[in-house]
Amino acid sequence: MDEGLRNELTKQGIFTTKLSDLYNWGRKNSVWPLQFGLACCAIEMISASMARYDLARFGAEVFRPSPRQADLMIVAGTVTKKMAPQVVRLFNQMPEPKYVIAMGACAISGGPFKQGYNVLKGIDRYIPVDVHIPGCPPRPEALLHAFMTLQKKIDAQLLTGPNRPRHLNADAPGEFPVPEFGEHDLVPPSNPNVWQPPVPKTVTEC
Amino acid sequence: MPTETSPYLLLAVFLVAALFFSVTPLLAAWLWARRYSPRKPGPEKNAIYECGLKSKGDAWVQFRSEYYLYAIIFLIFDVETIFLLPFAVAFTGLPVGAFIAMIAFLLLLVEGLVWAWRKGILTWA
Repeated sequence: MDEGLRNELTKQGIFTTKLSDLYNWGRKNSVWPLQFGLACCAIEMISASMARYDLARFGAEVFRPSPRQADLMIVAGTVTKKMAPQVVRLFNQMPEPKYVIAMGACAISGGPFKQGYNVLKGIDRYIPVDVHIPGCPPRPEALLHAFMTLQKKIDAQLLTGPNRPRHLNADAPGEFPVPEFGEHDLVPPSNPNVWQPPVPKTVTEC
Repeated sequence: MPTETSPYLLLAVFLVAALFFSVTPLLAAWLWARRYSPRKPGPEKNAIYECGLKSKGDAWVQFRSEYYLYAIIFLIFDVETIFLLPFAVAFTGLPVGAFIAMIAFLLLLVEGLVWAWRKGILTWA
């Protein structure tokens, strides 16, 4: 519909919308997170869901204890290599559409424990992360901001066409390979379809 | 205008409305899924266990029938508690007949406990 015509109709008191807008409006206002926390960031997540910061204002107060009912996984805390397969498996068990917020320095990169032999250097090596929150730990306001960023992202998703999101595309995978415990590290160390290691900058001498 | 209608007409209208409200969202969701949102089942997603760990076996687990003993003993103490509390509260106002009836009832329950004790299921095997 023409934007001018829509403006004119709105002035006359007639509300018009698109099916995809209606769909996204409903989805972004009822994002139910999975109730699971890994480390100290989970305390901030709990705080964000309580009365002072009140995640309920964004329609996301219903923390579900089962992945079958959750739309959003908040990876709140350090992901150890022991825990990584479980996190990926939980993500696989969530129904589409599903989103991931990596909360805190540990979840996005390993954080202060990056040198540890048993710490995964970011959960985005195995599952597609939608919003990264830096901070150690991030304040509840940062989680709220991540929520609003995710809502903007959901709002912009297309219903049809080649750029439609994963959950509307029958060819895009809904499950991601679960890493196994290898001799020295998780096997594979990362999922190349989700994460490519950044190419180190090389200085050419002349 | 005569309004001689059957009293059941209202119920019929109610039934149709109730069916409409319950079936329409399901139908709309089904049509939406067919048109836009493809199903994506998988071995992980269909697994029975949903706590992150790998599932073992299937959901149709059988329990041993010997557990009926625990059910019976639980029942003895459960029923005893339920009836003893009002009995104790109303104790001073009770006639003699009610007291004797209650004691008989308690003895019946204690007999069940004695039976279980004699059977030897109170000892940890």
